Amino acid sequence: MVSININGVDKSYGQVKAVQQASFEVPGNCLFGLIGPDGAGKTTLFRMITTLLIPDQGNISVFGFDTVRDYRKIRLFTGYMPGRFSLYPDLTVGENISFYATIFGTTVKKNYHLIKPVYSLLEPFRDRLASNLSGGMKQKLALCCALIHNPKLLVLDEPTTGVDAVSRKEFWETLHQLKDSGMTILVSTPYMDEAARCDRIALMQAGRIMDQDTPGEILSKFRVPLFEIRANDRLGTLEILRSIPEIKRAYLFGQYIHIATDSERHGAEWLKTQLSNRGIANVKITPVVADFEDCFIDAVENYTTHRT
Amino acid sequence: MKEFLGFVKKEFIHIFRDSRTLVVLFGLPVAQILIFGFVIQNEIQDVRIAIHDKSKDPVTFDITNKLLSSGFFRLEKYLTSEKETETIFKTGRVREVIVFDDDFAETLKREGTAGIQLLADASDPNSARMIVSYTQAIIATYLKELNRDHQLPLIIEPRVRMMYNADLKSAFMFVPGTMALVLTLVSAMMTCITIVREKETGTMEALLVSPLRPVQIIAGKVTPYILLSCINAVVILILGYFIFQLPIRGSLLLLFGETILFISLALSLGIMISTMSKTQVVAMFFSAFVLLLPTLLLSGFIFPIENMPKVLQWLCYAMPPKYFITILRSVMLKGTGIAEVWRETLVLTGMLVFFISVSAVRFKVRLQ
Repeated sequence: MVSININGVDKSYGQVKAVQQASFEVPGNCLFGLIGPDGAGKTTLFRMITTLLIPDQGNISVFGFDTVRDYRKIRLFTGYMPGRFSLYPDLTVGENISFYATIFGTTVKKNYHLIKPVYSLLEPFRDRLASNLSGGMKQKLALCCALIHNPKLLVLDEPTTGVDAVSRKEFWETLHQLKDSGMTILVSTPYMDEAARCDRIALMQAGRIMDQDTPGEILSKFRVPLFEIRANDRLGTLEILRSIPEIKRAYLFGQYIHIATDSERHGAEWLKTQLSNRGIANVKITPVVADFEDCFIDAVENYTTHRT
Repeated sequence: MKEFLGFVKKEFIHIFRDSRTLVVLFGLPVAQILIFGFVIQNEIQDVRIAIHDKSKDPVTFDITNKLLSSGFFRLEKYLTSEKETETIFKTGRVREVIVFDDDFAETLKREGTAGIQLLADASDPNSARMIVSYTQAIIATYLKELNRDHQLPLIIEPRVRMMYNADLKSAFMFVPGTMALVLTLVSAMMTCITIVREKETGTMEALLVSPLRPVQIIAGKVTPYILLSCINAVVILILGYFIFQLPIRGSLLLLFGETILFISLALSLGIMISTMSKTQVVAMFFSAFVLLLPTLLLSGFIFPIENMPKVLQWLCYAMPPKYFITILRSVMLKGTGIAEVWRETLVLTGMLVFFISVSAVRFKVRLQ
């Protein structure tokens, strides 16, 4: 069963093309991740899915309902957690939850079982104002508020941004529990490492969907050798590396430089010779397994070269 | 309904947790009415007057003594001719001239009634009105003392003439004016800001995704402010009535009806502004320019509309507070009924319908 069908969607703000020709499907009961850097168009896409924006072109259906025509129906079964946790800072934790429960025509009591795993952590702070919560607690509270009416579809816009590592880990565990209870969850994140925690992911950059698959498939699509080197003059080295035709790609990766060559024939030994020929000696070359960031860069490059 | 009540409850929490909102809501009306009130009151002290005593008899001397010993008046000059009256007003040295008729005591004794003329410089109408009423009160007190020894009541007839602004256009304006100002501020500005705040904090996004209809969101937002505005209106009327002796001569029911009409109008204006602004700052500026300044300047609250250039006068006719102030003045001061103010009421109702329609069209069920 398909829960969300996005079909050739375009959205511009004046001259800025926020989303271009986006198409993908989200299967039912799936934890789907939309991965991409800031400004990729994730929020715009989510707002279109949650009926808050109308696509300029194309259409989106959510559980068979069109987001433009049947928006009222979609709003009944959608839980949405906007990027800026939509909490009332001058209301307490308890008041925020009961307010959201009321406007969705339910009560905290009735759906307590849904939010219990998260809310039990917040319960000691019931009477604290939302403005005085830490990032992690705000996130938990916002999730509770989005969950309180037992939605079929949960849309979370960058829920882990600005949240500490421990809270992030707990958060993903919670999402999996929710998914197991039958929900479809759509989550966006700029953190590449969180891609592995999703059932399926779509990679988004500059308004376009670069690729979409299961995280495993995305990783296995990276077939060329990848190496990691540490250099003193990183920018200079990078320039030299990029001038070698057999090197498919070289880019900064944290403190390292990642180098992808074009085939297995050009391995670590070959790379070492190439570098020493160009006056860069004594570098440690380590073969590495591509992670999601490498795959993302790869997907972006492939997408651009195929188009031009 | 439950959704609606939950929303209203939330709004009340917002209001009562924010000390600034509370100050604007309740401190401001009281402060304004007292400030406007006392600024006008303070002027009655050592007011310089001139007296033209054509009779010069014991009674006129007595009255003159009473006036001058009251502390309110100080004698600038005894006048000897009618001509001098005009001259002394022109120089601005006195604010009131009191003219006793010929043979004052004689006439009073013989006919039981005598005439006194009170001429006031009404270029500052509020204080002119105040000065004259003080003078009249002093004369009345004197008369009461006098009447104690007489079987037949004696009457002194003050003939009041307001110079330069005969019908005292802005006398007692401040209470109706403040009421219009406060209601505009509380109703329009506050609702406008609270709606825009939800946009700014991002909570509007969550509200829009909820099954709430726009009508429910708006109604939930404005209901607390309708209630609070009504309380404010009552507080202002009570202050005006007890502290400044502002009469309420017309029907209270009509007064409240018109007030609620104006509150609704101000709210719809606030909602309309909220649909046009994205941030609280923009909403503030918008309200200040669209609501506050016109209410102060173009409603006849402070400056008489009749003295304005024609273009501004036309602009005044587009200002809701103008009609409300006119209605308030008629109902409170003149005691008129709906028959005399139906035109203004109709204009306000028309404006209300217009603003609500515009807001309904502009309020988006989605984000822009």
